[in-house]
Amino acid sequence: MAQLIKNGAVAVDTWKTLNINEGETPENIALPEGDIIFPLAVWQARKAEIVSCHKRIGLLLKPEERVEDIAADLDYFIVIAIDFPKFVDGRGYSTASLLRQRYKYQGELRAVGDVLHDQLFYMQRVGFDSYALNDGKNLTYAIAAGFSPFGDAYQASTSQPQPHFRRRA
Amino acid sequence: MYKYDAIDRQLVNERVEQFRDQVSRWQSGEMTNDEFRPLRLQNGLYVQRHAPMFRIAVPYGMLSSAQMRKLAFIAQKYDRGYGHFTTRHNLQLNWPKIEDVPDMLAHLSEVEMHAIQTSGNCIRNVTTDPFAGVAADEIIDPRPLAEILRQWSTFHPEFAFLPRKFKIAISGTEEDRAVTWFHDIGLHLKVVEGQIGFTVIVGGGLGRTPIRGQIVREFLPWQDILSYCEAILRVYNRFGRRDNAYKARIKILVQALGAEEFTRLVEAEWVHGKGGPATLTQAEYDRVAAHFTAPAYETLGAGEPPAERAFARWVERNTHAHKVPGYTAVTLSLKKHGIAPGDITSEQMDLVADLADQYSFGELRVSHEQNIILADVKQSDLYEVWQKAKAAGLATPNIGLLTGIICCPGGDFCDLANAKSIPIANAIQARFDDLDYLFDIGEIDLNISGCMNACGHHHVGHIGVLGVDKNNDEFYQVTLGGRQGNEAKLGKVIGPSFAADEMPDVVEKIIKVYLESRHDDERFLDTFDRIGIDPFKNRVYEGRAHGKAKAAQKEAV
Repeated sequence: MAQLIKNGAVAVDTWKTLNINEGETPENIALPEGDIIFPLAVWQARKAEIVSCHKRIGLLLKPEERVEDIAADLDYFIVIAIDFPKFVDGRGYSTASLLRQRYKYQGELRAVGDVLHDQLFYMQRVGFDSYALNDGKNLTYAIAAGFSPFGDAYQASTSQPQPHFRRRA
Repeated sequence: MYKYDAIDRQLVNERVEQFRDQVSRWQSGEMTNDEFRPLRLQNGLYVQRHAPMFRIAVPYGMLSSAQMRKLAFIAQKYDRGYGHFTTRHNLQLNWPKIEDVPDMLAHLSEVEMHAIQTSGNCIRNVTTDPFAGVAADEIIDPRPLAEILRQWSTFHPEFAFLPRKFKIAISGTEEDRAVTWFHDIGLHLKVVEGQIGFTVIVGGGLGRTPIRGQIVREFLPWQDILSYCEAILRVYNRFGRRDNAYKARIKILVQALGAEEFTRLVEAEWVHGKGGPATLTQAEYDRVAAHFTAPAYETLGAGEPPAERAFARWVERNTHAHKVPGYTAVTLSLKKHGIAPGDITSEQMDLVADLADQYSFGELRVSHEQNIILADVKQSDLYEVWQKAKAAGLATPNIGLLTGIICCPGGDFCDLANAKSIPIANAIQARFDDLDYLFDIGEIDLNISGCMNACGHHHVGHIGVLGVDKNNDEFYQVTLGGRQGNEAKLGKVIGPSFAADEMPDVVEKIIKVYLESRHDDERFLDTFDRIGIDPFKNRVYEGRAHGKAKAAQKEAV
């Protein structure tokens, strides 16, 4: 089990991610009760059904899945989880930037998958606000130090919309 | 040159502490090797054949004398008293200990230097023309924008884990000296109707799949440089291949989509960033540009240089036109025969720093040809500079000549290499050690890479040499006719590869064909363009057994 960090503290995770197992398809998979993070394919196939029986809806985006395809649906989601299958796969940083900056997504943006201490700072800057840190990693130290290796940055980003050169006195 | 202010200093200092913490977590086992690897690479630290290799950034090639002395100190204290300048303005040390690297970074930060993003799948050190600011043919000084790009690319949160490495070059002269056609992004500064901007070239590269870049925008106003680069990087980060490291560079994406479709994606992305907060302000440009104002030049007449032949030769090869009368730019050759091209000892670094202080306003440049440049020397001081450089082994008059070889560290040091490159360079230098002969042969670029990653830029050498592995033996493939500059193109493969001990003969035969065929005042490249590759091919393979005959010969041995 990953360990959830939210608002700079350990948080209890109420969400479950729906996995499509062998023999199941987005069309025929059973939709469980509760707070569920749905894979994009399930959302796309069963949108009306999900909306009718779930008040709180989560969405999972894989690295290759395009934000543009769900841009019109963003108001439905309480949480969007962006998957990092390997921490060196940096596509999720662009996905997050687009969701926050272009599509103005306001809900929870969660990093899941191979989430490690040394990427938390970048993740925070592109707009993540919750992090499912890899199991076995030092949660306390990640919270204490992982978000603050640097006190400032040059570029504009989600967390700091003005680049440093526009903030000079 | 650029001086750090509060934020620059803060980020570099914080980087030192971040890396110290990462090394300690790796040593304690809290971080796995796989987790540590990309982090150490983004601090220039490779694990190599004999020891780790540590690569220090020299942003756009500019160094102060104090920085050079610090490099000398670091090479002396933590390594074996020498370093190697690369084709991308960086300094590599081949024998440091991983546990010393945080302290080395701390020393570097004292002189406003670092190793940030000198390796790894991120935006690398921005490179430019070593004669920036002094070149007679300069349209605009590229250094302020190179520094602005350095800052923008440093710890960019969206682009730290790209599909593959990403290199940007920027050139501000008529004649491109920054190899902009062969970078992931090449920027050509120009003035159109009084407005300063760039031609934007994307998708060039050497390496395994050498491709000349393509123009995605004929003119981009300078204010838009950051937002436009972000658009390019975002398209690449999202859609570049990640399934195969050999097909992951942006050049492959541009080829796969076609330049037109790639450009359409970039322009569609840029619509959103254009005019946004990343748009550069005049105030920021002026702030950075103020660091690159001209030094206090004196009004000088033309000097009368001594007539000494050896000195005249050095002046002919190792000095370059300067835009201020009475001044000249001097190249200190790191291509002394028998030394690994680009290598420099700590003593030489100290001496070079002294020369800079005494004769060139305390500043130095590193060129992508792996030499050091004193950009602002009075012509009346040239003789003294020459004597001192000569005494230190830094005055070989071979810049642009056959033995001024561009060469990667090769199989002697590098884990990626298929073959050694330094011994080939040295063997060719030994064969052409006669200066009269060397001068008679004239201008010729010889580039050697120990593998297809092409750190020696062999594709753009007039003569290119590539180390290849054939059944665990080292062989060398030769290309002819490559070139950098505005008409940059890739060399053509001459034929089957050669064994190491054949290489001096092969080069000599190529040179002989040129000397026999040249018209008056034709350089090697001119003759090559006129007569084509066949005469060279015929001579080089004359009498050589091919195919079955060669196999039979091998059997007999």
